[in-house]
Amino acid sequence: MYPRSFDYVAAGSIEEAVGVLASNPGAKVMSGGMSLIPMMKLRLLSPETVVDIGRIGGLDTIEDKGDYISIGALVRHGAVASSALIGEHAKALQQAASWTGDPQVRNRGTLCGALAHADLAADTPAAALALGATMVAQGPGGTREIAAADFFVDSLMSALSPDEILVEARIPKRGGGSAYDKLGRRGGHSDYAVAGVAAWVSVSDGVVADCSIGITGVGTKPTLAVGSMEAMTGQGANGITAAADRALEGVTVLEDLYGSEAYKSHLAKVYTRRALEQAFAAAG
Amino acid sequence: MKVSMTINGRLVNGDVEPRTLLVHFIREELALTGTHIGCETSYCGACTIHVDGAATKSCTMLAVQAEGANITTIEGMAKGDDLHPVQEGFWERHGLQCGYCTPGMIMSGAALIAENPTPTEDEIRHGIEGNLCRCTGYHNIVKSIEYAAAKMRGETPPPADWEEVSA
Repeated sequence: MYPRSFDYVAAGSIEEAVGVLASNPGAKVMSGGMSLIPMMKLRLLSPETVVDIGRIGGLDTIEDKGDYISIGALVRHGAVASSALIGEHAKALQQAASWTGDPQVRNRGTLCGALAHADLAADTPAAALALGATMVAQGPGGTREIAAADFFVDSLMSALSPDEILVEARIPKRGGGSAYDKLGRRGGHSDYAVAGVAAWVSVSDGVVADCSIGITGVGTKPTLAVGSMEAMTGQGANGITAAADRALEGVTVLEDLYGSEAYKSHLAKVYTRRALEQAFAAAG
Repeated sequence: MKVSMTINGRLVNGDVEPRTLLVHFIREELALTGTHIGCETSYCGACTIHVDGAATKSCTMLAVQAEGANITTIEGMAKGDDLHPVQEGFWERHGLQCGYCTPGMIMSGAALIAENPTPTEDEIRHGIEGNLCRCTGYHNIVKSIEYAAAKMRGETPPPADWEEVSA
């Protein structure tokens, strides 16, 4: 299967890539290509121009910036999964990256590319939500920051403008503990999430002082589980099950090939409980 | 567009459309047909090659993205008549039946061992998660990779299942 014909631009800089996007509304940006190329081969998408940012130097670094971790536009899933820094401060993201796709996909696909793609069943958006990530978007007018909570607008739709590129994801070092758990479409942790939940909690005197929970796979977009977050705050470990029962508040459950609405609703609660239990244990 | 890359130690040049997939460039322009095309949707892994040492699905990469890359395909694994240890493992442990997935399995297995010389059975099974086989049930593929990992560590590979049975 060939994609339809397109013009290809190997951008030498983000500025150049943004310039091409701004002057060509039919252009799409490509980093690893793990989502874009299959969509183009299936002709779900036929951009007139592909702007490849994959050759731009200096964008593939994971850096400790003191109060946050900076993850560049070209950092691949495999690098996120094997980063000790991310493992220490953002366990949920490390787990989500390590269970994204398969080894070949993790060798080429990038975290920022996956976040910008905003697939409703991708793993890393749930972790970005739970960890309170900040997205740095660069467009013709410079850069702007977008909170993860405002970033995932709908299925395959992020808050990026067509002429913006996600150049960095910032993961705050908020302490506490985090975890991601999922049921994959091929069972275990394999493939896209039928249901996936990332939880971050900070614990003080045995109770949760603050928490956030991101759910993926179940609904129409990666979403914060606001009900469970509210229910968990101020509670100890014995409050987890009750909090998990409120996982679907604010989530529009989408029945699909992988499960009925009832089944996916059930899974959302189970995995919210499991993620909370693991995050709570990690925070303690 | 002009592209040039190193494939199996040989510098190659081509003139391709931007939409030319790397696997088509390798098979049709270079006539290296050991790399197979299976599902074409990034699931099956039959097209797996090494791009700068990393296992990569060549059906999900444009030839133009490989500009300047160092690529190894299944044809680059054996040294003359000496099979690569992973190829030898598939031979010794009956790691294939129809053989369609085999080139991709071998490339994934070799990349896995390069990253982790002492993989457990579980790590091997997860390491070939991106490669589908519809014949073997994976059992002998896992055994083949275990064989190769042992050989590459300079150890004697574990006996085959059938040797254990007859012993």
